[in-house]
Amino acid sequence: MAANVLPKLKLPAGAIPGGKPTSLFPISFSPPIEKYPNQISTVKLGATKSEGGTRGKSLIIGGELSPAFYTFENQTPHKPVITLDVFDMEVPLSKAVKMHVKDVVGDPAAWAKLAVEKFGADMVTMHLISVDPLLKDASPKEACKTIEKVLQAVDVPLVIGGCGDPVKDTALFEEVCEQFPGERFLISSVTLDMDVDKCGKFIKKSGNAVLAFTPMDLNFARELSRRLYDNLSREDIVMDLTTAALGYGLDYAFTNMERARIGGLMGDLELAHPMSSGTTNAWAAREAWLKMSDEWEPRELRGPLWEVTTALTLLTAGVDLFMMMHPAAVKTLKDVTNYLTANKKADPAKFLEWVKIKA
Amino acid sequence: MAEKKRAGLKELSPINIYKNLPKINCKECGVDNCMAFATKIVNREMELDSCKPLLKPEHAKAYSILKEMLKPAVAEVTIGVGEKAKKIGGKLVMYRHEFTYKNPTAIAIDVTDEMPEKEVVGRVQKTENFSFEYIGNILQLDMVAVRCTSDDADKFKSCVKKVAETTKLPLILCTMNPQIMEAGLMASPKSRPLLYAATTTNWKDMAELAIMYNTPLVASAPNDLNALVSLAKTLQNYGVKDIVLDPGTFTNGGLQDTINNFTMLRRAATKGGDELAGLPLLGIPMVAWMNKGETADDLIKWRESYMASMLTVRYADALILHGNDGWSLLPLAVLRQNIYTDPRKPVAVATGLKVFGTPDENSPVLFTSNFALTYYTVASDIESNQVNAYLIVVETEGSAIDSGVAGRKLTAERVADAIKASGIESKVKHRKIISPGKASRISGEIEELSGWKVLVGPRDSSEIPKYIIDKWQP
Repeated sequence: MAANVLPKLKLPAGAIPGGKPTSLFPISFSPPIEKYPNQISTVKLGATKSEGGTRGKSLIIGGELSPAFYTFENQTPHKPVITLDVFDMEVPLSKAVKMHVKDVVGDPAAWAKLAVEKFGADMVTMHLISVDPLLKDASPKEACKTIEKVLQAVDVPLVIGGCGDPVKDTALFEEVCEQFPGERFLISSVTLDMDVDKCGKFIKKSGNAVLAFTPMDLNFARELSRRLYDNLSREDIVMDLTTAALGYGLDYAFTNMERARIGGLMGDLELAHPMSSGTTNAWAAREAWLKMSDEWEPRELRGPLWEVTTALTLLTAGVDLFMMMHPAAVKTLKDVTNYLTANKKADPAKFLEWVKIKA
Repeated sequence: MAEKKRAGLKELSPINIYKNLPKINCKECGVDNCMAFATKIVNREMELDSCKPLLKPEHAKAYSILKEMLKPAVAEVTIGVGEKAKKIGGKLVMYRHEFTYKNPTAIAIDVTDEMPEKEVVGRVQKTENFSFEYIGNILQLDMVAVRCTSDDADKFKSCVKKVAETTKLPLILCTMNPQIMEAGLMASPKSRPLLYAATTTNWKDMAELAIMYNTPLVASAPNDLNALVSLAKTLQNYGVKDIVLDPGTFTNGGLQDTINNFTMLRRAATKGGDELAGLPLLGIPMVAWMNKGETADDLIKWRESYMASMLTVRYADALILHGNDGWSLLPLAVLRQNIYTDPRKPVAVATGLKVFGTPDENSPVLFTSNFALTYYTVASDIESNQVNAYLIVVETEGSAIDSGVAGRKLTAERVADAIKASGIESKVKHRKIISPGKASRISGEIEELSGWKVLVGPRDSSEIPKYIIDKWQP
């Protein structure tokens, strides 16, 4: 920059003719408002008695007219929803998470109750991993008994999670749809290596909704949407474009979701669906749970902040449904979505006092 | 994820650039000819100033034409001098997928002129020494903000002097009082600190200081974008060359306006070509400390960190924080690194066989993914424990283990192919391979396809050395 040093007192280029300004130039800033040709579709989750289910209330996600929280342009039609993970058997959990749920691990109904009543979950995800042929290889019928117990324990809408085995999950979801028509579960998830046509048919027949999972590639996401359209309507489909943890590919997840959302608003209908994020994946980052040297401790704070940072990054990309784990992370995400939709005016009066904070 | 289109960038073709170059194919820039150089310029792979002939007086006009053509949507501002000087802004695009973001958000940690000298020095040193190794990069902090809380020019001056003696990091001098600001500048007159801040009331005196000391200046107009652009325009006309915008940062109920203001300014700059909005943006998450005393310090640090992260995603070019705990800064530092990587290429390493230590025909064989972070983590865990082993890096298109298995990027076929291609079968007598714990799902299939026995290893690589000691038998 040395070459740019200005000779002192000489009137610099760019100053108005006739001398330096003596008062403020009044200029107004025009907010850059855009209009998008398309709206993100909405999906209703959970069904009350009058809607054919047993839930205390149902929730709606999606419906955006603008990128996430561009509330200078359009309001956020439905606040993002948080669903907490519940597992039907023991799973490896990090210490920071385990300390909050250790009393209920192995008892899905009690775990679900804790998630809703104590941690403020809007929904519960019932992960039926015991059906995994490599774990307990439990039967779909046994798994449905767990669902029944959870339905009794809480009255929020449910996400029903499988084990990740394409064949077993198809059998599981078919049984779930058979036994629980009209509950408007979110079936998590249907993937391209499952029999998409078959799954689409039994999900449609049962009136449940589907989570379409694809591995971080928008072309796969489009393909899966197209294949689901054969049986399901737009209002039945939520997309999961894969969530990677902060530090472990979050940048791809973020950009993929941001592109999907902008694409959807611009008219790419196959991507114009509400998005879900498996934010619990944040805990796959070792920095979230590992005991590190003292300067990075305590991990009891670092871990949930890792989940918060992962969640908030994806919140700004447009995620509508967060699958989460740590109660403190859940609380922060709820607070922030409330702040971002409150339409309160920020009070500028005290702002500059930050310079003199005695911290 | 490759994508050629770069919406939001000025439509530039190499020909337009080439026309204005000296066209002498001198190769001084290291590229074969001027046309190739023009292509690199358009792709932002090289800087215009690498063309030495272009800097000669006879090409001055062409140089300024090219500069104008290549001008980023957000001006670039340099804070500080020398090796540690920090460039902020210089952004070409709004969205990350359009083009790699330039100049990672600079993070400043504060000190005040009322802190005991020992504390000031300690905080500055902690800022300077912050270091975390992550996929071959060292994550660091960038600047020190010196705040005047005393209202005493002499105190401020001696504090700035002490800080400037302690560190070469760029400084941000924070006071609304021009006399005090000048005292601070006198303590470090040639260091080109960022001055915080010109407001609608003190702007004239602050502008004089910025011009006299050749420093960048923050224009601050909390939650009032009309006042902010008016102030920026006035300062420009007054002769201030480098301006940074502060639209105000607000916690809790004020977060919505904060995010909207940053987003509107950046969109106006990148999509609307608004040059006043096209100035670097300063976020001040340390406003969270206004609640000190009412809220637990850890909660304030938590809030400060997540606001800083949101602003890193939503367009802040520089940030001022107070909390300097590792647990609250690490997620922010990693996020910043993530957001500023090239969105077009996955961070992957070469596939194939890697040798650790001096393995023999009985040594363990492991496999992992080619996602850079996974690989470096596994490699460092093996190396730091001096384990002799072979590691086969499998093509997963840059996916980590768990997402690779879920997304069918890490498949049994690929593992079996990698085993075959690695030549490991001629290096060891046994046929046992240790799989990452998170890939246990595909172990049976790997056995079928490769004929090797799969031992399911630990879920985290930090336990590999222990696993090998306890379990490995060729």
